[in-house]
Amino acid sequence: MRWVNRRIGRGNSILLGAIPIVLLVLFYLVVAANRHAINPSDKILPLPSGMASAMHGLLFERDQLSGQLIFWADTLASLQRLGLGLGISTLSALLVGLLLGALPPVRATFGPLVTGIAVIPPIALLPILFIAFGLGETAKVALIVIGIAPFMIRDVAAHIAALPREQLIKAQTLGASSWQVMLRVALPQAMPRLIQAVRLSLGPAWVFLISAEAIASDIGLGYRIFLVRRYLSMDIILPYVAWIALLAIVMDVALTWSSRRLFPWAHGANH
Amino acid sequence: MSTLLSLRDVWVEYGDKVVLERVNLDIEEGSFVSIIGPSGAGKSSLLRIVLGQEAPTRGEILLDGMPLRPECGPDRGVVFQRYSVFPHLSVLRNTMFGIECEQAPFAARLFGARKRAAATEAEEMLRAVGLGDSLHLYPAQMSGGMQQRLAIAQALLKRPRILLLDEPFGALDPGIRADMHTLTTKLWREYSLTVIMVTHDIREAFSLGTRVLTLDKRRHDPHAPHRFGATAVYDLPLKKPASPAAS
Repeated sequence: MRWVNRRIGRGNSILLGAIPIVLLVLFYLVVAANRHAINPSDKILPLPSGMASAMHGLLFERDQLSGQLIFWADTLASLQRLGLGLGISTLSALLVGLLLGALPPVRATFGPLVTGIAVIPPIALLPILFIAFGLGETAKVALIVIGIAPFMIRDVAAHIAALPREQLIKAQTLGASSWQVMLRVALPQAMPRLIQAVRLSLGPAWVFLISAEAIASDIGLGYRIFLVRRYLSMDIILPYVAWIALLAIVMDVALTWSSRRLFPWAHGANH
Repeated sequence: MSTLLSLRDVWVEYGDKVVLERVNLDIEEGSFVSIIGPSGAGKSSLLRIVLGQEAPTRGEILLDGMPLRPECGPDRGVVFQRYSVFPHLSVLRNTMFGIECEQAPFAARLFGARKRAAATEAEEMLRAVGLGDSLHLYPAQMSGGMQQRLAIAQALLKRPRILLLDEPFGALDPGIRADMHTLTTKLWREYSLTVIMVTHDIREAFSLGTRVLTLDKRRHDPHAPHRFGATAVYDLPLKKPASPAAS
């Protein structure tokens, strides 16, 4: 049978998906154990026991200076920034994307501006944001928004503009005004695409969050990673990175699930 | 019968390409006009200008003696070959869309008693097109024929002055197409509709229509084929049984 025709069942696909991950973990453990056999105080590839003891302090013991549980305070601070950035971006993508996609005069007026902003590398704007908003939360959230909102706006606008012309004509022959076409035809059909755009923007959003935290912050997952780098604390960096990956996966799965749940019509005939 | 729609010396040009030239037509109320012709003869262009999706380059179109606005409106219903229904709405909500747009200009949604009244009216129309048992399906769950029934129900609910069909059965299986022909004829009689149908199927044009128009080019310049447009070269009135009992 040709490989392009092979269908993988659910159980097998979990098994196949686990194999490379398990192999990678095993490979790491073997190499780390070797290094520790030579030098028991090796910091570059810590063993799981080392990571656990290092993380224990951050997870369960209050920091002497701030009185916070550092790991949880970092997570909360980062998620707050990420959530604000994603929320503002999603809302603006919906509003601006809807207007740009559905109304040709608006597209002609503001389309080039959005495209122009979208091609600027957001990190290049970070100094401007720091100058304009100071080093506080606003600049970090603004970086995320500037980084992902233009892409999301363009994606949603392009999706709406590509709706079959027949649908818009049909709506008008049923008596719909521009407003009603936007509200009842364009907006609901943009929603699954918007969720898709949020999913695709999660990666860049994390990049901008970590960058902003690395450059100027006093709390946050990115801040912590860059802070402990000075002490070669791989036993903290690796669990933090794994935690960020886990958070990103949970968000992605939650978005996929909610899209299937809320907009079953957009996910094939089997609903 | 009175004239419902008149086209007076209508030309449609895209740049220097002439698609339709000197089209003069009077369409009577209650007639079923089939339009046939080779590909590229301007059948769809003619439908688009009657629909108001495009304005003719020259000439005028009168509906009930009034010049037609070059914009789509609820006085002209349409069923396209595809994409005529909203994929994100159930059958019932698809059909209620027209009522909701009319009665709720801002929210475009009805609530409470008015919503129930709209749903009742929509259900009645859906039963008339044979979708009474599929109220809560989404278009993607239905066959092509059912989707076209839905598109017809949506359009008829607005009681349009003219119903425009753009190759409505072109993508359907032969068996389903025959069912749809029966349904279309039935609805045309029951609702006293005026229908303009563009089709590729000559048999369909003659079996459904009371009048068959053939669009084609009268003149042809081999060096500049785009410089002459098409017009109605044949205009055949057909005798039709007046009542369903006679058919």
